[in-house]
Formats: sequence, structure tokens, C-alpha cells
Amino acid sequence: MLTLTVNGQARQVDADNDTPLLWVIREHLQMTGTKFGCGAGLCGACTVHLDGVAVRSCQTSAKDAVGKKITTIEGLGNGQPHALQVAWVAEQVPQCGYCQSGQIMQAASLLAKNPDPTKQEIVDHMDGNLCRCMTYGRIQKAIIRAAADMRAKSGS
Amino acid sequence: MTHIPDLKPNLGRRSFLVGGTAAGLAFGYVAVEGVSTALAAGTFGPTSWYSIGPDGIVTVMVGKAEMGQHVSSAMAQIVAEELEADWSKMRIALPDNDPKYNDPVLGALITGGSWSVRMNFDAMSRAGAAGRVTLIDAGAAMLGVPAGECRASNSQVIHSKTGKKVSYAKIVADGKASKVWTADELKALKLKGPGQYTLIGQSVAQLDIPSKTNGTAKFGIDTMVPGMLYGKPVVPPVRYGATVKAVDESEARKVKGYVKAVTLEDKTATTTGWVVAVASTYEGAKKAAAALKITYDNGPYAKVSDQTLIDEAKKLQADPASGQLFVSAGDPATAIGGAAKVMEAEYLTSINIHAPLEPMNATAFEKDGVWHIHTGNQFATRTGGIAAAALGVDPKHVVLHQYFMGGGFGRRLDADMVIPAVLASKAVAKPVKLIYAREDDMAMDFTRPLTYQKVKAGLDADGKLVGLQHDVVCAWPTARWGIPAFLTPAVDKKGALDGFTVNGADFWYTVPNHKVRAVLNELAQKATPSGQLRSVAPGWTFWAVESMIDELAHAAGKDPVDYRLALLDGAGQNAGGAKKLANALRTVVGRSGYGAKTLPKNAGIGVACVSSQERATATWTACTAQVEVNPATGDFKVNRLTIAMDLGTVVNPNGVQAQIEGSILWGMSLALFEKAPLENGALQVSNFDGYTPMRMSQMPDLDISIISSNDPASGCGEPGVTVVAPAIANAIFNACGARVRSLPITAEAVKKAMKA
Repeated sequence: MLTLTVNGQARQVDADNDTPLLWVIREHLQMTGTKFGCGAGLCGACTVHLDGVAVRSCQTSAKDAVGKKITTIEGLGNGQPHALQVAWVAEQVPQCGYCQSGQIMQAASLLAKNPDPTKQEIVDHMDGNLCRCMTYGRIQKAIIRAAADMRAKSGS
Repeated sequence: MTHIPDLKPNLGRRSFLVGGTAAGLAFGYVAVEGVSTALAAGTFGPTSWYSIGPDGIVTVMVGKAEMGQHVSSAMAQIVAEELEADWSKMRIALPDNDPKYNDPVLGALITGGSWSVRMNFDAMSRAGAAGRVTLIDAGAAMLGVPAGECRASNSQVIHSKTGKKVSYAKIVADGKASKVWTADELKALKLKGPGQYTLIGQSVAQLDIPSKTNGTAKFGIDTMVPGMLYGKPVVPPVRYGATVKAVDESEARKVKGYVKAVTLEDKTATTTGWVVAVASTYEGAKKAAAALKITYDNGPYAKVSDQTLIDEAKKLQADPASGQLFVSAGDPATAIGGAAKVMEAEYLTSINIHAPLEPMNATAFEKDGVWHIHTGNQFATRTGGIAAAALGVDPKHVVLHQYFMGGGFGRRLDADMVIPAVLASKAVAKPVKLIYAREDDMAMDFTRPLTYQKVKAGLDADGKLVGLQHDVVCAWPTARWGIPAFLTPAVDKKGALDGFTVNGADFWYTVPNHKVRAVLNELAQKATPSGQLRSVAPGWTFWAVESMIDELAHAAGKDPVDYRLALLDGAGQNAGGAKKLANALRTVVGRSGYGAKTLPKNAGIGVACVSSQERATATWTACTAQVEVNPATGDFKVNRLTIAMDLGTVVNPNGVQAQIEGSILWGMSLALFEKAPLENGALQVSNFDGYTPMRMSQMPDLDISIISSNDPASGCGEPGVTVVAPAIANAIFNACGARVRSLPITAEAVKKAMKA
């Protein structure tokens, strides 16, 4: 039995230490917002936060997540839609939608440390997240919009 | 011209061959209580396409597969226009494989061809109008006024003179609306004209988007069934034709939760040599799959490679007895024989895979004599039939539960994913959730086939195109389905051909002597079962046509834009369409600064224009690409793509814009970054390190113009894919004089062509 802290809640999981965190989240805990895309850290669909840092959950073992705060798309906004989720709707970003949880989690880790990223900083930060529908232009716009909204709210 | 299928006669026969094998495929469906989408009590449903609840919520049953093209929202928008419904009250639901939700034109649950809005516009409009008429009658009675003095707006019935109103919610809640419309009554309804639209043409928010930003959207892979086990396929070392000789489970048995290895006896011959490792968890199934020791006979195609397929294609093309004619006008051989200048070129496109981000998956179980399959699928009618054939059960006992698709692109027209799911579930007598690893998904893709095309053309002394012969040799993806309605009668009466390998070659240029020959590459058909990859034939035919037209223009010493405009004269059968295509071309020429802008050295702008998808469903699309080439290395960069698309009635401009953005980037990705080599009978791709669709950093600037009109709505999901590759190649030629004729375009090929 492993004890994991997911979106602020302690969860008991009957999984081996080496089980990828992705499968623990998706199948053991049945929180399906986090997606399986490649299983090799190449697409970013499974991105979650460990202590606020974006990681590929398919490349993170369950054991390595013990004692850390795991945040998934379901817990991103602490009950309120995160500015990125609002911007994602405003810019009508998703097409098939499958990669978008990972895109939003990846973008959230950028805005947490850089409230006013340049376009190049966005590209550099997001390039590991594949969107097969190729909604990249709208992802960029939504991140810029969310960053502006967050700055306006914080008064900076 | 490609034949637009009507599947009703085929479905009426209820049986046809599966992929050339002996197994018959039958369709059927019986509504299962609690499963079928019967209207809830207390709701109003004038047709099966939607119901209105006592809270006024309108739930549209979307027979179309939602894979990100927002087709579900488009259907709701068309219904809401005639229903006069408040957009905030609209919802969507995805029905199971109930034929009640068949496409009204195609006669099956199938989504593809960029056909959905065009083919469902009338049915959705009539359904909406029927509801409005009934609600106005009921509302007028409630208000005690004549119905003729009432109108509907924003989900309310309003008495114009007095301003008295009653909401749809109230009418339904009071049980005052119950009329179910007959087909004849629906047909007699008078619909709005384009000038009367208030919702169509507006960029209303897509209904599927909010759930795709917070993790609540449900895809097939998100299915959870109590007591389910997990399956992971173990796929053979070749794409097709292998058989399993022995399975050694001794190591797999040591994996925690291991249940068993199921060797698939696939009666539909969709898969060959597959084994499914079943365990209590997916991680266990994965470990067990890796631990199984399987011995294979790799079968008859174990030596086939790209080169083998190209050699075979060239041999077939050289044989005048091969193939069948798709287009035959005049006598091109004689015209070319007497031409002042003859041009001849070969064009190639690589094998490409779909690689949607949601790997193939299905969850299957049997309950009370009915098989339930949970998966997102683009062709539920056939896929349900395939599952039944694999199980050996009556298709009426198979229910396919539909989900959002984490990418379709044509991949989910196929049925392979349900076979390991149902057969594994049957073998273990428990629900099984079957998930392909990415490596399985890539290796077993139903690919865009490798294509080899030869084009020969003759110019007269003035450089005018007098004759053109175009041979297209490839596997025939759609013929593989074995559904006669999908085939096109050959114009030389030599039977039927797969029109979805040649459409686009029946272009709108006026060429007096023109032949297009479709040739099946049988070896490719067997060794690499192919599928419909976003845009299908126009993705390769226009690669050849629009490259060759450019080559002819240069050979004639004419500007490629002027040359195209002269060919788009709208004469005879090209009346109407050709001029729309010319208009789209002029739009991109103007917006890109082609011919007007001073470009840096080694930069160039190239053009292309296409009538994808079929002549009968053309969307008028033109593109310019601006590129910069490094002459020392052949490296090149696409800086900007300018697109104009005339698609008639535009239901949701922002949605169309999104589809154009995605499709032209797809076109560029296929042109530059994607290739699935075939060696030793196997696709040499396993994950996104080797098969590399476009990333954010590779995106060029985009300039998109939507041209709308009152013509019927045409499709926008695929045509953009088809126009980009030739525009880029033509730009490379204009930049540095290198003519490349093979996709994907590599720096090496550019450099080599510069020397040539």
C-alpha cells in the first residue's frame, strides 16, 4: 500500500512501487482527466504537478510521488477554474481535447514562475507537449491571455 | 467523378464480404432496454434528433463522431437555428450504434469525408423547424392567441401584438408539446433562407470545449466497468500475415495479477498473429506482455519494404493492361504524341500513420446475452458488425457505446481495436479494458498508403496544356472494407475502382484530352492494410497535379498563377466551380504579396489550389507558401502559409477557422516531418521520437481567409491538408530552382535537386 497526496487528499493505493504514477492516477484512482499518450515522456499528455513542478506522470514511479503534493487537472484551480482554463475556453483552444489537460498543466507551471512570458519562452516551455490536432496557435494565445488576466488580478 | 456512397442498399442486404475474406459481415441492432436512447418521460422530441426537457434544455443526439471537429456543436447549431432555441440551452449527447441516428444521406453511422455538415444540414434544419412549429402551436394555445400571430425566439413563443410570451421550458413542463413528426411532414416544412439566419454564421461557443479543459470530457479510454480486467496487445513483428506458433507463459505467470494470454482467432482477418496479455491491472498486463515468449511464422510479407512496393508500383504502371479508368476525356496519347513539348514526372508519397493522441482502445463485456463495447469510433455501423463477426454472434446483440475521440483523422473508421477487446473478454468471461501501447498503435496503424504516381503531359507551341495522363498506383484503403457502395464504376467499364484513391485527379482545369487511371498495388494491399488518413486521395493526387501544373507553367515560360487562372476557364463541365477556385487563388495571391513583394535571396512563394474532397463536394481552397532555402545544405524553412477557402454556407466561422488551422498544419507536417518507413514487412515506427508530427516550435505564420456564400455548406476539416505540400514544393522551386517530387520533402532531396 502506498499513500499519495492527490489534490490535497491522502489516498491509499494498492500498487507496486514501480507502477507509473499515470496508471495509479488514471486506473487505480479513476481520475481520468490525466491522459495516456505515449508512455515514454514524449508527448506530455500525462503531465501533472509534483510539488508544483510539471512532470510526466508516465515517467514518474508511484514511489517517487510519495510524500509529494500531486496536482492533476481536476485539482488545478482549487475548486475554481484556473485562469488558464478560463482562457482555454475564451480562445476556443481544444479540438479533440485529449492533450489539453497536459497542455494546461504544463502551461500552469510556466505561469507560476513567469507571470509575463514572451512568445519564445512559451514555445520553449511548451514544445514537449504534442497536440496532434495542432492547436498550437490557440494554446499560445490562451497562455498570453491567462497571464494577462492573472497579472491584472494580482495588480502587478 | 467519385461516387458518393449510399449505404442503404448494402445495409438492406445486411451482408457483404469483410475485407475479401470469406467471413460475412452483417449489420443489425436491437434496442436494449436501458441502453438505447429512448426519450425520457416528460420531454418533447419531435424527431429522434433531439429532445427538450422540462427545464428547456435541448439535447441533440449526434450521430456524427466527435473527434475535435466540433461537429456535435455544428449539428446543435443547425437545429437551434430553426428551433429558435437559446444557445445556452443546447447540449449534445452521443448515441450508441442505433440506426435511428444514421447519417440521412449515407445511411450509416459513419463520419468522414468532410461531409457531415453538408449531408446533415437539411435533416437537422427540418428537425429544428418541426419543434418550433409544434411549440408555437402549443404556446399559442396556452396564451389563448392564434398560432399565426406568434413567433418563436430565444426558446420562447411570443405573441407579437401583445408581447405575451411563454418559454419552451414551461410548454414542455406542462406537457403541452408532444407531436412526433412523420418523414412526409418534415419534408413539407418550409425552411429559412440564408438571409434569415440569426445563429448560423455566428461563432457561438463550441459545446464540447468546456469539458475538454477540466478533465471531465469522457473518451473511450476513460471507461470504467466494475470488475474489469486489463488487456495489452502483443503485436507480431510484421504488419500483416503473421501467425502465432507458440506462446510461452512461464515468465508472464510470475507477474502479479496475471490472468492469461489470449491468442486471437480473428475470423474477420482484421488482425493476424495478435496475442492479448490479460491481467488485473494495466501495468500488470504490460509487464506480462513483455514477459510472454511468442514464436511466430512471419508469413508471406516479411520481406516487403518501401522499395519492394515502389518497384511493384512501377511495374504495374508500365503495364497498359493494369488498372481502370477514373477519367477519360478525348485522346491524350495522340494529343501528347503531337505536342510541341512533353513533360513526364513521377511523384511519390510515403506511408504515413494517424497517431491520434488517444491510443486505440476498447472496453468490452457481455451481459444478459448482449455484448457491450465502449470505444470512440467513426464507423459504428461497420465496427459493430466486425465485433459480431469476430465473436460469431448476431450483430443485433452488439451495442457500441460512443465517446469523444482523442483524435480520429480516419484512424477510428477502422474496427481493429474492438477485436482484441471482445475476444479477450470472451476468453476470460469478464469485462476487459484493452489499451494499445503507443508502440502497438503505431506499428499496427491502417496507414495512408505509399503512393506512386506518373503524370505525362503535352504542351502545344504556345505552352497550352493539350493532354494529360495521370496514373495513380497504391493500395486501395476503402476497397479493403469490401462495401460495394463505396466503390466507383470505372469509366472504361472494367468493373469498379476505389474512387477514394484518385479523387482530386478529376480536377477543374479545362484539359481537352485527359485520362486518369487507378491501379491497385495488390502487394501493398496485402502487406500493409491501409486506411483513410485525413483527406485521403486528394492528399496525394493534388501533390502530383499541383506540382505538375507548376512544372508545366515553368516549361511554358508562364507565371504559375497566370497559367492556373487560364486553365480555370469554367468551360463545359467546369462551369461554376472553376471560377470559385480561381477566386480563392486570387485571394491568396493578393494577401501573400506574390509577385509584388521583394523577397530575400533564396526565398520564394509557391502556389497551389485544390477542389478537395470530391468534385461533388468540393471546397475551393488555395494556398501560398513562403519559404527560405539554405542552398549550401538544402535546409529550408516555411515562414508563412496563406490560405483562402470558399466553403459556401459557414455555420460557425471560428470553428471553421480552427479546422483550417489544424488541417493546414497537418498538411505541412505530412509534407515535412512525417514518414513511416516499411522494412521487413514492418512499419519502422514505435513512438513520437521516431514518428514526429509538428511541434509548436515548427509552426509557421498563418494567414487564413474564409470565403462564405449562400451555397450549401461544404467541408473544412480536410481540404487544407491537401493544398500545402504542393505549395511548399513550388515555393522551394521558386526559391532555388530545386524540383522535389517525393513526400516528405527532405533537405537532402532539395540539395540533390539543386544540383540536378
